[in-house]
Amino acid sequence: MRKTLLIVAVLLVFVFGIFGIPKGFGPSAWKTAFTDRIHLGLDLKGGIHLVLQVMVQEAVSAETDNAVARVQAELQQGGFPARSVLKPDPKHPELIQIQGTPPDRVSDVRSLLDSRYGTQYTVGSAPNNSWTLTMKQTEVQSIEQRAVTQSIDTIRSRINALGVREPTIQEYNLGTNQILVELPGSDDLSRVRDIIQSTARLEIHLVVGGPFPTEQAAVQSITEPQQNVVMAYGGTESELLGQYYVLQRIPIVAGDDFRDAQPSVDENGRPDATFILSRSAGDRFYQFTSTNIGKSLAVVLDNRVQEAANIQQAIRDQGRITGLGKDKAQNLSLMLRTGALPASIHYLQESVVGPSLGADSIRKGVLASIVGMLAVMIFMLVYYHGAGINADLALMLNLVILLGFMGYAGADLTLPGIAGVILTIGMGVDSNVLIFERIREELRAGKVPAAAVDQGFAHAWVTIVDTHVTTIVSAVILFLFGTGPVKGFAITLSFGLFANLFTAVFVSRHIFDSILKRKQRGEALSIG
Amino acid sequence: MELFRGVNVDWLGKKWYFLAFSLIFSVSGVLSILFWHHIKLGIDFRGGTLVYVQFEQPPNADRIRQAMDRAGINGSRIQPYGTAAQKQVAISLAQKETQESALDAGRETIVQALTANYSSNGAASQGKLDLDNAGQGALVQYLQQSDPEHLANTGAVDATQRYAQQATAILQHRDRDLSGIFSSIDQLNGVADPAVVSQLKQGAYLSGFHVFAADVIGPQVGAALRKQALLATLYSLAGMLVYLWFRFELIYGVAAVVAVFHDTLITVGAFSLADKEVTLTVIAAILTLIGYSMNDTIVVFDRIRENLRLSRRENLTTVVNRSINQTLSRTVLTSGLTFMTVLSLYLFGGEVLRGFSFALVVGILIGTYSSIAVAAPMLVAYQEWRAKRGKRAVLPAGKRARV
Repeated sequence: MRKTLLIVAVLLVFVFGIFGIPKGFGPSAWKTAFTDRIHLGLDLKGGIHLVLQVMVQEAVSAETDNAVARVQAELQQGGFPARSVLKPDPKHPELIQIQGTPPDRVSDVRSLLDSRYGTQYTVGSAPNNSWTLTMKQTEVQSIEQRAVTQSIDTIRSRINALGVREPTIQEYNLGTNQILVELPGSDDLSRVRDIIQSTARLEIHLVVGGPFPTEQAAVQSITEPQQNVVMAYGGTESELLGQYYVLQRIPIVAGDDFRDAQPSVDENGRPDATFILSRSAGDRFYQFTSTNIGKSLAVVLDNRVQEAANIQQAIRDQGRITGLGKDKAQNLSLMLRTGALPASIHYLQESVVGPSLGADSIRKGVLASIVGMLAVMIFMLVYYHGAGINADLALMLNLVILLGFMGYAGADLTLPGIAGVILTIGMGVDSNVLIFERIREELRAGKVPAAAVDQGFAHAWVTIVDTHVTTIVSAVILFLFGTGPVKGFAITLSFGLFANLFTAVFVSRHIFDSILKRKQRGEALSIG
Repeated sequence: MELFRGVNVDWLGKKWYFLAFSLIFSVSGVLSILFWHHIKLGIDFRGGTLVYVQFEQPPNADRIRQAMDRAGINGSRIQPYGTAAQKQVAISLAQKETQESALDAGRETIVQALTANYSSNGAASQGKLDLDNAGQGALVQYLQQSDPEHLANTGAVDATQRYAQQATAILQHRDRDLSGIFSSIDQLNGVADPAVVSQLKQGAYLSGFHVFAADVIGPQVGAALRKQALLATLYSLAGMLVYLWFRFELIYGVAAVVAVFHDTLITVGAFSLADKEVTLTVIAAILTLIGYSMNDTIVVFDRIRENLRLSRRENLTTVVNRSINQTLSRTVLTSGLTFMTVLSLYLFGGEVLRGFSFALVVGILIGTYSSIAVAAPMLVAYQEWRAKRGKRAVLPAGKRARV
């Protein structure tokens, strides 16, 4: 009696796992209850699956760019300026070279470099008063890791702004520095790409010279050391198109300095974006603009000058970017609000499953399951008679527990996952067959039904454990290695096998015992 | 009902037939892998572009090929997908070397080529919305701009929502009820408001094809997945070996792993012989087979161990034969039942699962065969080999009696 209660309790718990509490009694209410609890995978629901590569070396490069400027300034302040501070090799963004420090201040230079950069960099000295700073490997790794995490956060907030429900955005362990993005129910790949891909590196630089009509003229105008300036082209959609500027390399404000941005309209009704700087950046900007009135500033978006204007008065923390189309103003505002990507992103994989394929897959998967399950159940009835009912009950309970598990775990049901359910039915019945065949053998050997059942279960148990363990081993390996749909398969297979241990051994046994209890001594057992 | 009652077959006596049978199948598979069809890797392992297209009219491969040629797409492969009645085609394009930065280019050119070819009914489609391929965003935007119900002027606040609902209903009808493609815009009568339908009749057209799925996989991902699939298979085999070593003896593990490896080889060989693609889900099926075939082998081994304990004097060949015969009805029944479910998958599960279920259909047959015909004879052969070298003749009966 106690066992019956336990089985009923398990049944109820897992039925709840599948359906929760439906909001009505009609078939459609049950259907919604079901789809609320059991999450469909991307291949059944339709959606977009992306694998992105974060170009982490850009983040490293940005960090050393920053350091180059700081080193230069600090050497200057200390009274022992270097002839040049630069990054000698674009392929090795972690390397900084300092050349031509005053020969009589070697120890001062070393102590400054050691104290200010020793934790992040390995400081080395070279002949002719030169020095190298090589970023330490642990530091490189932590910058790369930060770039990935920050990219994930940024992409997540951008996707959330798109209004996709239940997106997956996480680090993808198939390669290094990769991100997996899954957007169920979304089919607009180009918009998603636009939103994700734009790095929206917004910077404000001091204009050194320009605009020039040709690149050559711009290059010729450069009088300062090369490494202090940077060339930039005019924006794509404004009157600046086709113009060239020479800008100071180090931006005045950039990236993280922007706190908020909103799309708006200027006095002529043209779309633009207004931005607000963070407090410290605002102070910096105010100081800079108040001492540089009359000079020009360039607003640079993704390495293109979007706008160039004279500084007419000191600006603290608000500004406006004009010359944008409506979409671009909206996108830019979104990017600035959600923060910039720390590095650009390359696409490694893009899969789109349309909703029609998903719906078709569901239909076919369900049909195949029902046909397979009915075939097995009918066969068991024909072959084992009374005991077949027992096996079929166990099988159905197995299915309920499996789906209930899925509901509780919030695991995705994929098309291969449905195949896993079907396969579980086929394999699940294996335990019953093992037991029943063994019972038949024991009966043939002349044992009474009760003893035969007892012996049958005892002998079969060893084998059942072995067979389940081996299948679970391969399912676990699949889970560890697989992605998406394959992972879904591994999940249903493992859940199904665990459920099977309970139903085929415990539940079946209990049903046999209850039947035996009601039978007269010596009465035959219906097992085909 | 009962099959196989009191079977008494001398399985080990037939070992040379088994050996010949296994050799024929594995060698022909290996030959096909090496010299004939090779292993045709799916797009997920190879990298490349695969675009699935649903057509309104039965697709004509020549016409699609011409469209591709005209767009300058070389080396595309056009294959029917699913049954002829489904009117679906998969167009694939091998990975180009320099595609990492413009991964999407292949897909876009294919879709453009199709649009150019299938929407060329003159000016009728110029600047109009392709209702067969429109997504939710594009359709909502179109409806808002054309505003067929004149909601913008009435100051109705919920205009966006109204149009979004209609767009959802239209696309659901297309994707759920009509499996992705309209044959006429009139099919929207009763699905959307009459004003919307008549606006669509003017401003939208049907291109006659619908891209219902697309996969673009870069070379990096392909290479990583290949490595991963291989590793997963090897780890799986190693895991089984260790478990059987722990539960039985090393030789049992080795025999079982050899049998399972034999199954894997023949299954992969069957894919090569049938010129079918090996995809990620096929690898999943093969890993499942490794587990499944192992099951069958273990059932026989368990019985051998049990019988060895009962009758230590008996000749190993007799014991193994008897064990196989005793478990035969279970082996055949279970395999038959699993085979039935897998066959149902193969027949009814649709094209997406075709490769997966094909691997299982082949693998379950071979897996059942191998536990009787490969694993058990190997045990006996090993024992005879040891006996010849004058070592202990009886195999260890396993370390534990029960769990």
